[in-house]
Amino acid sequence: MSWLTDWMNSPRKILASGKKESPTPEGMWLQCPGCKETLYNKELHGYLMVCPRCNEHLRIEASKRAEFLFDEASYQEFDLDLKPADPLGFKDQKRYKDRVKDAVKKAGNEDAMRNYLGEICAQKASVSIFDFAFMGGSMGSVVGEKIARGMERAVENRCPYLLITASGGARMQEGILSLMQMAKTSSVANQLKDQKLPFVCLLTDPTMGGVSASVAWLGDVILAEPGALIGFAGPRVIQETVGEKLPEGFQRAEFLQEHGLIDAIVNRGDQRDYLSMTFRHLMQRPFANKTL
Amino acid sequence: MANSYLEFERPVAEMTAKIEALSQMGSSAGINIAEEVEKLTLKRDKLIEETYANASRGEMAQLSRHPDRPNFLDYVPLLFNDFQELHGDRAFADDAAIVGGMATFHGRSVMIVGHQKGRDTKEKIKRNFGMAKPEGYRKALRLFRLAERFDMPVLTFIDTAGAWPGIDAEERGQSEAIARNLMELAVLRVPVICTVVGEGGSGGALAIGVGDRLFMQQFSTYSVISPEGCAAILWRDRAYAEQAAEALKPTAADLDALGLIDKIIPEPKEGAHRNYEEAARAMDEVLLQALNELLRMPVDLLLHQRQQRLRGMGIYN
Ligand SMILES: [Zn+2]
Repeated sequence: MSWLTDWMNSPRKILASGKKESPTPEGMWLQCPGCKETLYNKELHGYLMVCPRCNEHLRIEASKRAEFLFDEASYQEFDLDLKPADPLGFKDQKRYKDRVKDAVKKAGNEDAMRNYLGEICAQKASVSIFDFAFMGGSMGSVVGEKIARGMERAVENRCPYLLITASGGARMQEGILSLMQMAKTSSVANQLKDQKLPFVCLLTDPTMGGVSASVAWLGDVILAEPGALIGFAGPRVIQETVGEKLPEGFQRAEFLQEHGLIDAIVNRGDQRDYLSMTFRHLMQRPFANKTL
Repeated sequence: MANSYLEFERPVAEMTAKIEALSQMGSSAGINIAEEVEKLTLKRDKLIEETYANASRGEMAQLSRHPDRPNFLDYVPLLFNDFQELHGDRAFADDAAIVGGMATFHGRSVMIVGHQKGRDTKEKIKRNFGMAKPEGYRKALRLFRLAERFDMPVLTFIDTAGAWPGIDAEERGQSEAIARNLMELAVLRVPVICTVVGEGGSGGALAIGVGDRLFMQQFSTYSVISPEGCAAILWRDRAYAEQAAEALKPTAADLDALGLIDKIIPEPKEGAHRNYEEAARAMDEVLLQALNELLRMPVDLLLHQRQQRLRGMGIYN
C-alpha cells in the first residue's frame, strides 16, 4: 500500500521550516498547504489547526484533538500499558524495534492510538483517536487491541463509541498480524450493533488501506473532515495501475460524499455539537424542547 | 499444455526435458533406456523436493502465483458436484474476479465462493486477474447471506493479488465493501471454512477469508502486502522483493508458526501446479473433516468460538 509514500510526497505535507518530521513544532511559522499563506503555529492552535483563511484542516495530534473534543476535565485516557511487540523480528533497512523507538520519541505515545472515556457536551462516549504522528497511524496489534477495548468500554458504560481515524493503513512491519487486526476490529464492532449502541466514525486526513477497509466504514454514521483523503488504494498506485489521469478531487471527503459513501462532512469547530447531537438522536435522549 | 517453469525451477525443467527425450528414444531404441529413465525420474523427484524445501520466501511467493497453479474453477469439478454458479451483486454488476454458487460436497449442499484469476490471456482480462471490485465483494456477501438463510455451510477459496486499485472501485466504495464482509462474516450463522489456494493478497483476500477455520495449501502465501509492494515502500525499490518476502514471512509455515492457521494442506511433492487431482484429494480430506467438526457444534457455540478466535488475534506487550 504505497499510499503512504504518496501521501508523504504529496504537496499536502506540512512544510515546517527546518523540522519536516514534526507536524506541529511549537512557535514556528508554517505554510498552509491549501492557500500557501504563512501562518503562526501558535495562533493556528487557537483555530484547532484549521487555516482561518481557506478552511484547510491540518493534521492534529490525538491528545490535542481530545483536548478540544471533550468537555473540560471530563475525560481520562485508558489502555496506556499496551506496547508494540516485534512478532516477526521485522527488518527492512531499519529494524522495526528501532522504528518504534524513534516513533515513541517523536509522537510521545507508545503506539498510534489513544483511548479515552469522557463527555462531549455532557454526553458520555468511549473514543479512540488515531495518532498519525506515530508511524503514519498504521494499524498493528496494539492499535487493533485498543480499538477492541474502546468498543468494549462503550459496551460496559452503555455509551456511544467514536472512532477518529488518521491512518495510512495496516502496519507492514507486523506482517499478516496487522492484516488480521482488520478482521478482529470488524468482529468486535458487532457487539455495539448487538447492544444497540451508536458507533460513529469520523474520518480525517488520511484514512487509507487496511484501516479504511475495516472499522472506518463500519460506523452507523460516517462523518469526515473537509478535504480529507479517504480510500482503499493510494492515488499513485491507482494512477500507475490504470494509467489514467485521476479525476479532480479524487478520494477527497467531498468526492466521497458526492458518490454517496459518507453521511456528512463536518468542520472541526462544529464537531462537538454535531457529535453530541448524533449521539442524542441515536440514543433516544430527549433534547430540550424548542419553544416556538 | 506445455508446462511453465519459474527461474528457480529451471534445473527441474532441464531434467524433465532430458527424461522426455530419453523416453522417446526408448520407445524406438529399446531396453536399457527404461532403466535409465526410471533412475533419472527418481533423481528428478528428489530434486523437486529439495528445490521446494529450500525455496526462499521470495521463491515461495512466486510459487503461490505459479502460472500453472490450479485456479478455483479447476478445483470445483474435482471437489464438488452439481455446481450452480450464481451471478451478480443485484446492484451494479457481475464481477467475474469472484465466482460463487451452490454445490454438493459429500452429499451436502454448500455455498462456495472463490477468486478466479483466469488461465489464458482472454480469461485473465475477463476476470481482471482475480482482482475484485466492490461488486465482487458484494456478490460474495449476497451469497453468504443466502447460505445463512438456507443453512448451507460456506467454503471459500482465496487466490488474489489484492482488491482492484482502480478509480471505479474507489467510486463505488471498495473499502466499504471489504469492511462489510469482515463484519458480517464474523457473525454469519453457518460454518465458514476458508482456504488459501494460491496468493492471499491483503484486504482483497481477507474479504472472503474470515471464518471458523483457515487453511493454507503448502505452497500458498498470505500477506498484508505483496513483497514487491512492500519493497517499493520500505526499500523504495521493487527489486528488493526477495528481502521484503523474507521480512514479511508470508508462507504457510510462517502463518502456522504464528498460530494463525488451523492446518497446512499438503501438496503433491511436485506442487499442486503439476498434479491437480492429488492436490484436490488432500484438500478434500481436510475440508470434509473440518466441516463435520463444525456441523456438530450448536450455532451459538460456533459463533462464540469464531468471535473469540478473532478477538484474540494480535501480539503485543
Ligand atoms: Zn489556508
